Amino acid sequence: MKIEIVKNILEANDQVALLNRETFNNLNVFTVNVMASPGAGKTSLILEAIPRLNSSVAVIEGDVASSIDSEKVARFNIPVVQINTGGNCHLDASMIREAIKKLSLEGIRYLFIENIGNLICPASFDLGEHIRIVISSVPEGDDKPYKYPGLFSTVDAVILNKIDLLPYVDFNIEYFKNGITAINKKAKIFPVSCKTDEGIDSWVEWLKGENRYK
Amino acid sequence: MHELAVTEEIIKVVTDASKGRRIREIVLVIGNLSSFIDESIQFYFDKLTESTPLEGAKLSFKRIPVKLRCYRCREEFTPDEEYICPYCKSIGGDIIEGREFYIESIEVEDEDRDSKEYT
Repeated sequence: MKIEIVKNILEANDQVALLNRETFNNLNVFTVNVMASPGAGKTSLILEAIPRLNSSVAVIEGDVASSIDSEKVARFNIPVVQINTGGNCHLDASMIREAIKKLSLEGIRYLFIENIGNLICPASFDLGEHIRIVISSVPEGDDKPYKYPGLFSTVDAVILNKIDLLPYVDFNIEYFKNGITAINKKAKIFPVSCKTDEGIDSWVEWLKGENRYK
Repeated sequence: MHELAVTEEIIKVVTDASKGRRIREIVLVIGNLSSFIDESIQFYFDKLTESTPLEGAKLSFKRIPVKLRCYRCREEFTPDEEYICPYCKSIGGDIIEGREFYIESIEVEDEDRDSKEYT
């Protein structure tokens, strides 16, 4: 006998994500899910944004292991929680639910969630964020949007980092951009360099504009 | 490795839905834009169901290819690697299929095995 089910397998995660979003909404905390492959510059980009936002910021650092990133963030004297997934390849909504218990979000206006370095799994797991961004970096190559459409198609913005390396790398920016807009017309694209600060201001201005709780 | 958690979820959902009847088959629908791999779900399923009532149940995977609706001419197409619309040759479109990830149905053994009316 056949039983029709038609049930979203990620429903359990999505329900917790909904709760997280409610928490963020009630506290007026604008939440950004930051995704990228390892080494693309997630932490660097967050550290560049913190002094420019002129606002109260908190960070959740996701890593398979270590507290290297959270120590970097803590130097700015802002609230930070480290999640170590112990091998798991993405953050999920219940990890965020636990992490925000350890953060005092009262008065916080921006919460960055630095996801695990990975361009595959994080795409499938809603954390309760308001926007999601992906950082891609020049040395990774211009074909990343074509190879990871699942992730690139879900983001609100793509930050292309390390553009100071463009003279040394075969990287076709038009090809890269076409791969994004082909499946995600709404995504904004910001070429930046955390090394030279080029483009960082315009990315941060966009972020401020997206924040409904300013 | 994220298939472990989702496979646990699949087992939970189908166990509830089967109401104690033996499950013969589970039909999963997975879009090609979702990040889940059939072989990996199968691997965890086999491990997790060892020596349980679910052992030996067949997992069937229905893969859904990506389908776009062309930004320009609005025709639907299954994209090639560069997302070129076969009708008007422009690039890209709105994603209308390919993100699916759900349990469609299960096949359970009939409560009354002699009865043919359910088969």
